[in-house]
Amino acid sequence: MKLESKIPSGPIEQKWDKARFEYKLVNPANKRKFNVIVVGTGLAGGSAAATLGELGYNVKCFCFQDSPRRAHSIAAQGGINAAKNYQNDGDSIYRLFYDTVKGGDFRAREANVYRLASISVNIIDQCVAQGVPFAREYGGLLSNRSFGGAQVSRTFYARGQTGQQLLLGAYQALERQIDAGRVKMFPRTEMLDLIVIDGKARGIVTRDLVTGAIQTHLADAVILGTGGYGNVYYLSTNAKGSNCTAIWRAHKRGAAFGNPCFTQIHPTCIPVSGDYQSKLTLMSESLRNDGRVWVPKVKGDTRPPRQIPEDERDYYLERKYPSFGNLVPRDVASRNSKAVCDEGRGVGPSGLAVYLDFTDAIKRMGEQTIRERYGNLFDMYQRITDENPYEVPMRIYPAIHYTMGGLWVDYNLMSTIPGLFVIGEANFSDHGANRLGASALMQGLSDGYFVIPYSLGNYLASEKLGKVEETAPEVKEALAGITGITNKLLSVRGRRTVDSFHRELGKIMWDECGMSRNAAGLTQAIDRLRALKDEYWQNVNVPGSAGELNQALEKAGRVADFFELGELMCIDALQREESCGGHFREEYQTPEGEAQRDDEKFSHVAAWEYAGAGRSPVLHKEPLNFEYVKPSQRSYK
Amino acid sequence: MKLTFHIWRQKDAKSPGQMVRYESDNFNEDMSMLEALDVLNEELMNRGELPVAFEHDCREGICGSCGFMINGVAHGPVPATTVCQLTLRHFQDGEELYLEPWRARAFPILKDLVVDRNAFDRVIQAGGYISVSTGSAPDGNAIPIRKENADRAMDYASCIACGACVAACPNASAALFTGAKISHLRQLPQGEPERHERALRMVAQVNAEMFGNCTNIGECAAVCPKEIPLEVIAQMNRDFLAASWAARKQPYQDPAEEKRWQQYDSAHR
Amino acid sequence: MSAASAAAIKDSRLSRFWNATNGKKAVMAVTGLILVGFVIGHMAGNLQIFLGPEKFNAYAAALKALPALLWGARAVLLLSVTLHIWAAIALWQLKNDARPQNYVKRKPIASSYASRTMYWSGPILALFIFYHLLHFTIGAGGTAFDPVDVYSNVIAGFRVWFLSVFYMVAMGLLCLHLYHGIWSMFQSLGFQHPRYTPVLQKAAQAIAVVVFLGFVSVPVAVLAGWVS
Repeated sequence: MKLESKIPSGPIEQKWDKARFEYKLVNPANKRKFNVIVVGTGLAGGSAAATLGELGYNVKCFCFQDSPRRAHSIAAQGGINAAKNYQNDGDSIYRLFYDTVKGGDFRAREANVYRLASISVNIIDQCVAQGVPFAREYGGLLSNRSFGGAQVSRTFYARGQTGQQLLLGAYQALERQIDAGRVKMFPRTEMLDLIVIDGKARGIVTRDLVTGAIQTHLADAVILGTGGYGNVYYLSTNAKGSNCTAIWRAHKRGAAFGNPCFTQIHPTCIPVSGDYQSKLTLMSESLRNDGRVWVPKVKGDTRPPRQIPEDERDYYLERKYPSFGNLVPRDVASRNSKAVCDEGRGVGPSGLAVYLDFTDAIKRMGEQTIRERYGNLFDMYQRITDENPYEVPMRIYPAIHYTMGGLWVDYNLMSTIPGLFVIGEANFSDHGANRLGASALMQGLSDGYFVIPYSLGNYLASEKLGKVEETAPEVKEALAGITGITNKLLSVRGRRTVDSFHRELGKIMWDECGMSRNAAGLTQAIDRLRALKDEYWQNVNVPGSAGELNQALEKAGRVADFFELGELMCIDALQREESCGGHFREEYQTPEGEAQRDDEKFSHVAAWEYAGAGRSPVLHKEPLNFEYVKPSQRSYK
Repeated sequence: MKLTFHIWRQKDAKSPGQMVRYESDNFNEDMSMLEALDVLNEELMNRGELPVAFEHDCREGICGSCGFMINGVAHGPVPATTVCQLTLRHFQDGEELYLEPWRARAFPILKDLVVDRNAFDRVIQAGGYISVSTGSAPDGNAIPIRKENADRAMDYASCIACGACVAACPNASAALFTGAKISHLRQLPQGEPERHERALRMVAQVNAEMFGNCTNIGECAAVCPKEIPLEVIAQMNRDFLAASWAARKQPYQDPAEEKRWQQYDSAHR
Repeated sequence: MSAASAAAIKDSRLSRFWNATNGKKAVMAVTGLILVGFVIGHMAGNLQIFLGPEKFNAYAAALKALPALLWGARAVLLLSVTLHIWAAIALWQLKNDARPQNYVKRKPIASSYASRTMYWSGPILALFIFYHLLHFTIGAGGTAFDPVDVYSNVIAGFRVWFLSVFYMVAMGLLCLHLYHGIWSMFQSLGFQHPRYTPVLQKAAQAIAVVVFLGFVSVPVAVLAGWVS
């Protein structure tokens, strides 16, 4: 396997123009002759399917949800970045590019990030034209806010439901194409395998989640926009259905997996309250603008927070990072919460939480102001915890939120399998080791609306793609393989439910490959995961049959893949002997306990090749060169 | 905490269903209603029975996947809350709860509490969009929009298409859902050019799907987890009436509208 | 009629308007508005009974003195009632089709009693109107009838206590029907405004109550012997 990033030459500002000029074009009359499969209907998949339909391609689009509008992009709260500089506060494409590379702790490709930043402005225009009701000022112009510690106001938002509104824009564009007959939609249909013929991606195997029918769909190219794999941790802010199956099975067919260990932990989530808990709820990061984070100074202090006097509280972020205080980046805030809880100073029934206290803000600005700013978040907190955050400090704890890793793609968003494109969170490309707030929506829409329509055309115009038949041995083999896995899962009839395995898997991953990692823990985790996986195939209980709507069976297949991906994440984390962004190796930290990068040895993308069941994956390295943004140590002191 | 559930069990779309009683005391009041069903399902599976199928995904009240009737009320007793965010502390220890799927001809039951809501997608396909292809947009600030209109558009656009409005309506009408999308887009200058066609086509589709009529009684708005107001229905009616009055073309001269009326004709044969 | 022209009628804007529930509701709203106008006028006429037999009979005679106007009005009313009922029946059928299987448990949480009983109050009112026309217009209601002495007809009619009670119950239902209907009319025709709609709702309710009191005052006065 050879990793060719295919980054165009020339100055960074001109690379994308150059690429677009050099791309071959498909004759408009020929576009409808090309069949394209899009899997996933979130911001990336939905926008790609809609745009490709508009261009005239013959598109088949798949989602496992009952409607394309339910993809998990819908849950994004905060906003979307764009270098519009409407606020005249010094923003520019270059600054957004710079902030994103630096925020990613110098583990992203410069050329991709620059393209992302330059496309960001088109996204806003497109969404406004679609009727996305962004927040506006009284003058009628678009409103912006500063987000996630950025020093310029470049975040566009639609209340706390930006993801929902952007997704509905893409969904509506998609529905228009479905009505026009250019996109055929397959809801409640899950991709279970990739069909590779002559080394090229030529189709997928799917299961109809209502009838259980396992079918094949053939095409000239396959685009995966299937999202991240945060659910490997069982508890995360992802939707319950979010899974890695599409990308994992593509990986097993030959697509390299880039930086699997790069996961993002969000510091402000509502803590876990019991074993039954099925998911974690995120609260917007903006809370840290006015809330103060603290824990008791002594461990085991079980007094109610109001009874702990001021001088017995440790406002540890303000103490350790006097200049940024409570506004340090996500990874730093998260790690420090874990550290104080590990010391035994955590609060709440589980001891795994810290206080986020608004008392001072309420005293300073009045309850009304706080209510205007955070009313909906406070209501949500109260609905879930039954505590009134105006009176009692909130309890928060970090949670898995986003995965920067994903299938490796070149500049054209094509994986190591020709004809397999990967977009949005499912690829590894733009966020390096840490994603900035409000950048995920930007990347999904950039890939879907503005990158893939060009680069896919280039592929289709340059390759000679012969016709493939349902009778091809590769098609039959894939179909038989999936039928085999399904039947095997159903035939175990063991004693443990899928969820009980998933919870145990998640606990191992969270403990050993979560907020901080070390060699011993990772090594041991790999063994434990293998043992658990073996037990899974001996003892899992999947009730029901294959030919019906069977939610336990759906989950069972996804969890089987999470085991294998979890192992790869640990292997990757073990290999990356440095700390960067969301990846914190305890062995590699500065004397003050901050992340210590090793640019000499690890300024590369780790792309893993699947070597077969039971074999160690093969590591390939794509070196990262920083010509414009010189690597520096992040400091928030 | 102990609860007794009476849950609608139905094997598939074709089989008949019935209410089945389940009892467990392994609940606690911090759980959400869906987590309670998770617990129940674990128990069922460990006993060798089939788990209850129910739809869910984000579990934070925004994806619109979840929803069923609890004691005759869509999404249960707490206003502006989907079942995934409804905690058990709103119920009494030992309470009996009746869980039923949304019931409407347009929402056929697939299994247990899972229904098919694709009729909603087809209503959006009929015109719930602004026809702007990628790349053809002017600058985002080219057209100023009154803040109040943008805010109202956002109120209407927050619909999550869960289907509670249809479920709660004694007529199984989709007026709140359809009205919400029409009202969202008509608030904005970008949505103005297609206002009439949109209303005619979407209304035609709603009728073709066999949703019932609106009697303006307000059950829909009362159960809406996003608190979409009843005024969206009036706004839909306004556009539909104005468009019907002003239209220069007959329905069959607009293929996009005619397609829907043909579907209507075959559904009402 | 040729098949082509039949298809053209079916596909016409007007026919599709009627196919749409929204169209039928608009028809119900417009015809409802006409009928409400009639009800208020009728009530105002009835209340003249308190001015004495001469005034009341003169009013009745004046109505009949303009046959063109009278029959014109009757035609409009008949058409309105027909369309109103036709639309209602069609929507009622659709409502049953739209939910073939009912809930085991069902609990209304926001709708008024009046709004939920429109499908009951409507048909009963229709029966009442049928009897009412027989009774006071045609004279076949079973009580003394003199085409010229309308005043005496009313007194004779309402002296029968169970007829009075029937009238009062019917007016109660009319009140319920209008309580929801007058406001709902505006909603169906597309008028809703957060400032005006609550006022409109209150006004609709007030009109419904006034109509009830106005109509009921006559049988009550007759039974109590205040007018004779």
